[in-house]
Amino acid sequence: MSTATTATTRPDEAPEEVLAPLVSWKAPIGLGILAVVGTVMFGVFSGGKSAAFGLVDTGRGASAVAAWLALAVAILAAAWLSYAWFRARRAGHGPAGWIPPALAAAVVVFVLAVLGVAGVTVITLGARLIGWLSAVVMLALAGWSAWLAPRGHKLPRWGVAAFAIAFLVGFLVWIVAGGRDATPYISLAGLLAGAVTLAVPLVFGSLSGVLCERSGIVNIAIEGQLLMGAFSAAVGATVTGSVYAGLIAAAVAGALVSLVLAVVSIKYLVNQIIVGVVLNVLVVGLTNFLFSTLLTANPEGLNKPPHLGSIEIPVLADVPLIGPILFRQSLVGYLMYIAVIVVYVGLFHTKWGLRVRAVGEHPQAADTLGVNVNRTRFWNTILGGAIAGIGGSFFTLVAVDAFSKEMSAGRGYIALAALIFGRWNPIGAFLASLLFGFADNLQSVITIIGSPLPSQFMAMLPYVVTVFAVAGLVGRSRPPAMEGIPYVKG
Amino acid sequence: MKLELRGITKRFGALVANDHIDLVVEDSQVHCLLGENGAGKSTLMNVLYGLYEPSEGEILVDDKPVAFRGPSDAMAAGIGMVHQHFMLVPVFTVAENVALGAEATKAAGFLDLDATRAKIRDISKRYGFDVDPDALVEDLPVGVQQRVEIIKALVRDARILILDEPTAVLTPQETDELLEIIGELKASGKSIIFISHKLREVKAVADVITVIRRGKVVGDAPPSAAPADLASMMVGRPVSLTLNKAPAEPKDTTFAVRDLTVAAPNGQRVVDGVTFDIAQGEILAVAGVQGNGQTELTEAILGLYKHASGSVTLDGNELLGRSVKDVLGAGVGFVPEDRSHDGLVGAFTVAENLVLDLYDRAPFARGLGMRPSRVATQAAEKIAEFDIRTPSADVPASTLSGGNQQKVVMARELSRPLRLFIASQPTRGVDVGSIEFLHRRIIAERDNGTPVMIVSTELDEIMELADRIAVLYRGRLMGIVPGGTPRDMLGLMMAGMTAEEAAAHEAPVAAGTGAAGADDDGAHRAASSFGIDVVTDDSDSGDTHG
Amino acid sequence: MAEAQQVPETAQAPLPTGPSQPTPSAPAGATLLRRIVTGTPMVSLLSVVLAIVIGGILMAVTNPKVATAAGYFFGRPGDTIAEIFRPYAALVQGSIFNWEGADFTAQIYPLVETFTVSTPLIFAGLGVALAFRAGLFNIGAQGQLIFGALLGAYVGFTWHLPPGLHLLVVILAGIVGGGLWGGLVGFLKARTGAHEVIVTIMFNYVASFLLLFLLTTPAFQRKGSTNPISPFLDEDALFPALLGPQFRIHAGFILAILVTWGVWWILNRSTIGFEFRAVGANPNAARTAGVNVGRATVLVMALAGALAGLSGIAQVAGTEKYLSGGVAASIGFDAITVALLGRSTPWGTLFAGLLFGAFRAGGVSMQAVTQTPIDIVLVIQSLIVLFIAAPPLVRAVFGLNPRRPKKAKEPPRAKAPMSTSGAAS
Repeated sequence: MSTATTATTRPDEAPEEVLAPLVSWKAPIGLGILAVVGTVMFGVFSGGKSAAFGLVDTGRGASAVAAWLALAVAILAAAWLSYAWFRARRAGHGPAGWIPPALAAAVVVFVLAVLGVAGVTVITLGARLIGWLSAVVMLALAGWSAWLAPRGHKLPRWGVAAFAIAFLVGFLVWIVAGGRDATPYISLAGLLAGAVTLAVPLVFGSLSGVLCERSGIVNIAIEGQLLMGAFSAAVGATVTGSVYAGLIAAAVAGALVSLVLAVVSIKYLVNQIIVGVVLNVLVVGLTNFLFSTLLTANPEGLNKPPHLGSIEIPVLADVPLIGPILFRQSLVGYLMYIAVIVVYVGLFHTKWGLRVRAVGEHPQAADTLGVNVNRTRFWNTILGGAIAGIGGSFFTLVAVDAFSKEMSAGRGYIALAALIFGRWNPIGAFLASLLFGFADNLQSVITIIGSPLPSQFMAMLPYVVTVFAVAGLVGRSRPPAMEGIPYVKG
Repeated sequence: MKLELRGITKRFGALVANDHIDLVVEDSQVHCLLGENGAGKSTLMNVLYGLYEPSEGEILVDDKPVAFRGPSDAMAAGIGMVHQHFMLVPVFTVAENVALGAEATKAAGFLDLDATRAKIRDISKRYGFDVDPDALVEDLPVGVQQRVEIIKALVRDARILILDEPTAVLTPQETDELLEIIGELKASGKSIIFISHKLREVKAVADVITVIRRGKVVGDAPPSAAPADLASMMVGRPVSLTLNKAPAEPKDTTFAVRDLTVAAPNGQRVVDGVTFDIAQGEILAVAGVQGNGQTELTEAILGLYKHASGSVTLDGNELLGRSVKDVLGAGVGFVPEDRSHDGLVGAFTVAENLVLDLYDRAPFARGLGMRPSRVATQAAEKIAEFDIRTPSADVPASTLSGGNQQKVVMARELSRPLRLFIASQPTRGVDVGSIEFLHRRIIAERDNGTPVMIVSTELDEIMELADRIAVLYRGRLMGIVPGGTPRDMLGLMMAGMTAEEAAAHEAPVAAGTGAAGADDDGAHRAASSFGIDVVTDDSDSGDTHG
Repeated sequence: MAEAQQVPETAQAPLPTGPSQPTPSAPAGATLLRRIVTGTPMVSLLSVVLAIVIGGILMAVTNPKVATAAGYFFGRPGDTIAEIFRPYAALVQGSIFNWEGADFTAQIYPLVETFTVSTPLIFAGLGVALAFRAGLFNIGAQGQLIFGALLGAYVGFTWHLPPGLHLLVVILAGIVGGGLWGGLVGFLKARTGAHEVIVTIMFNYVASFLLLFLLTTPAFQRKGSTNPISPFLDEDALFPALLGPQFRIHAGFILAILVTWGVWWILNRSTIGFEFRAVGANPNAARTAGVNVGRATVLVMALAGALAGLSGIAQVAGTEKYLSGGVAASIGFDAITVALLGRSTPWGTLFAGLLFGAFRAGGVSMQAVTQTPIDIVLVIQSLIVLFIAAPPLVRAVFGLNPRRPKKAKEPPRAKAPMSTSGAAS
């Protein structure tokens, strides 16, 4: 490369940023809209009914042992976290980033445990009271955000979290109280457990996205990886008669989809978005075709996988609300938690993760320091595909006991949304997936109890939320800088 | 450590970027590579750093031949490089950037950033860097980022440090500090290869100077060599410092900028209360180190910034707050500083690029429709008039050489009657023959009675073209001085002195010791490291050397 | 992917067509031959061939009859080969010419059906292609199609206007519906930098859920029906049949050809097309040259949406005649492959639409005749696009890679799918 060309010393500033207003009103506007909508819906149109929430799975009694155990753990955890916080402040610096949310979680567990110890199994909340309460909280926070904006400050993170919780609680009470019965009832325990279950493929899919996109490869093919995983898990588990073989087959299949993505986009420099879109079509066509020919011809031999049951951890599984979520999961469910933690720790606390992130942000810098950019991207993409493939196995080994056409049903795209909403962070993607799983489950629950909101709008929610997220109205999401741009040396 | 390059040749297809280059860098020495833009210096260093494989030749470290398959091999051999465009991940902290590629780890691959932090503090202390290991790189000023780059090399035990055009993006103070750092590195036994095209700073820092021209070593010179000799070695023909244009005949003042202020997104004022006028038939040249608000100044006049305040009037009409299209329509010709980024659409044909901002005006468009025949006629005319070397008007502009691309931009902007002409870096990366041609066109436009504003970071270009010189420093106007103002004074202004302060300073500086008062010692040294003394001889005899 | 300038910013001429400069010393004839063999049209053709071969292999290995015939392969190899080719024969018979047809009508019915099926594909493909040329990935043709169909159908069955005018109003409603839905994407992109790929994917889902919801409301649901389908459109609101009632082809096909010409004119002969292409190839230079990039983004997305909306009109006012949840089928997604195959030039898109229309039409009859699932068409389509996007891969498969003396380092380029320079076809 000749140095004769212009010495571009122009700072790498995006033109959009130059033109962006100095005072960003995006957040106040976004929060304001949500607060006003919330006030009108949850407050003004609240109706006079109450909503009842079951804390314990229907058909299971409350377990006193589990409740006491949870209480003890919560108190210990809260005490230790408070001490850590206190010590950090004494030492003159703020607490580590994870301490406040962990403390909040401990407090929540504590409250639940107290309820469990007291034998409370159903909470009944007045829609009007809760609706106005949440409206006031939201309006106040939106107002605060508007007050902060011209002063160049943003709403602190706990403020955003409080806003989200107020909105969620207000929304949930409003929508349940709008049911047909005099005091509509839903099982909160069932709702949450179902949400986690529905979120499993989303979490795996979004982790796949995190791995690929952090290294600079756009992964639109999550949908194809999930579907291919589902198909292979069904066939592999049926043929071998082993769910574990099915899991491995799923991982391999997802990796194969990734292999095409990696080779075509890294070696042949084809636009990654195009490859992803095309791969999704290819996988749909391929699995549909094979389903219609081979699987329907021989369902016993090819499409009757054994079921992957849930593994219950005694006592702990009976803790109200939390037990079923954390301690009554299928193998795939437990793998999900492990994967989230491993990917998070791997990306942010290991040598491998540092290199991956560098490759996604500034491949040339990584290259000049001896990191093989394209090899890193290749293996990350393969690993991501394998993880998404395992997520796909959830459809055929856990949810339904057979493969059917296009059974991933767009979940890969929701996973993509979760990845963006979660800001390319494994924990964020996990939480966003949970939220989307929750919306999904709530949609089916409210069609049963009847609700003021058409179920189609509930189904729309994840997508609308994502548009808000990418438009920057709910915080700023910043993708890896060199995402989607092939790296060619020289 | 001794480093030797023997017969290094690097070809890119038909282009020979390095042609049998021999170079010996001795221990504890600052070895300067001097050459024009495009002479092949950076290519050579990329070969040395393992980024390019040489087509021929060998590299010897301590008299033993080595082969570098990649940067890691070069680093392992003790070579470190500070690239012209920093190789830092903006969203990483300093520690993360330094650790990358040479990570200290605990068990199971877990990062041990504390170890890296300790090393950074250690090196910072030793060489007097002031670098916080936990700062985000994107928040750091350019000069500090450069120190992070140096730390990166030192952490890897580099014994030879390559600095590729290190002062291009630095303010005068930062340049001064860098030169001090180089001195300390040398004192601690490191060898340094310092690449530059700026004579003064090379003379200030070098132990040995090797001049490169068109990919070949022209010869070595001691730092005491006369600037004119070095310059002629670099350019390849006799050069003179004489200006060669008729004096300006200014008429009415039709362009006025009043208190123009542009704020960056972070609230910093990148252009701060700038006021000046330009008369018809006059060239105002804006001088300054890269990144002192020149880009924003010209782009604000063009209407690219929403957050600009003050007033910009042309022929009595306010331009500020109007769209780019309106400003162009008011008769402003605009040559952006980075032609491939802002001036051309590389995938478009030459013909299309020649009407890039005229496409919707008569005669090239009628209503919504364009008239391809008129576009073709225009292309044929301009290619002939500006001597644009292209196989046809229908090839993509990206296939043209830099000089010819610049001619396309210039031809387009000068192809209509102008009320104001603004050109940023009009000859950056352009071959010498084209430079003269482009300069002549600019002066012709002035003599046509157009107010002309030139922005350049090259002092020689400023001296060549300017009727008056405005100096920008950190977005503020340090003053406007006449065309023939001495370089030393301009240098002082570029370092942040007002015209008055600089003029008051001229006497002691001219007296010659350079050891002026303690507080402005730095300013002077910085000033003397700018620009090159090269002004190409306009006489026709020069071409025979070409 | 929130930032605008990542994906197709420096769109360049798409594919190095063979050696960049033919060396003067090489024999002229050989150079020419190599250019033809390694050139773009040849790669397109080879991509189609390769995809069809792979599809054939896939069908062969999954077809028990092939396995049966292969059992006596050495006795009568013709059987095996005939069995392998049967589906493709059925495909051709169902899409181009039915040699077993009783009369001329029956014989050319497949070809006419191909034109019919192509019509919405061409419209939606043009929508995707137009946006591509401005550097935008419009994955949202599906949603824009739905919005166009929604508005068009509503106007078609609730308003009762004179003949001629009614169809015109329906078409306009489709343009407005798709245009608004697409324009909103452009607006979000221009104002907030939201990446259009994400927004359009999300908007597809929002649109289809909205459609499902509306079809349960009294305003849209057919009276007396429990199914989520709309009333039939007025007779006057439909495209007139082109070749009488025995064929499904309607005037929408003619409109598609006219619109193709229109898009070509906009892109290559109009000032806004110049702006679109400039923004697609180098938004910074476009901005410096006075183009309002934000406005161009909104406008091009609105136009792209309008084209996809026309695709929805071709459905509701052409073949379907009412609105249902499945009105969009997978046209919006197929449109992406159509635009890619057509290299985002208007005429290329037209021909790609015809090809994929033939696959669709032929696939139906193939499924009926040979029981080969129509999904094989999806496989072949996506393989074609994948191969076309990666010419070196295709050349490698056919052993056509031009030998370069030494792999010269090329400057990094962000590849965009199609030429953004003034390719006029």
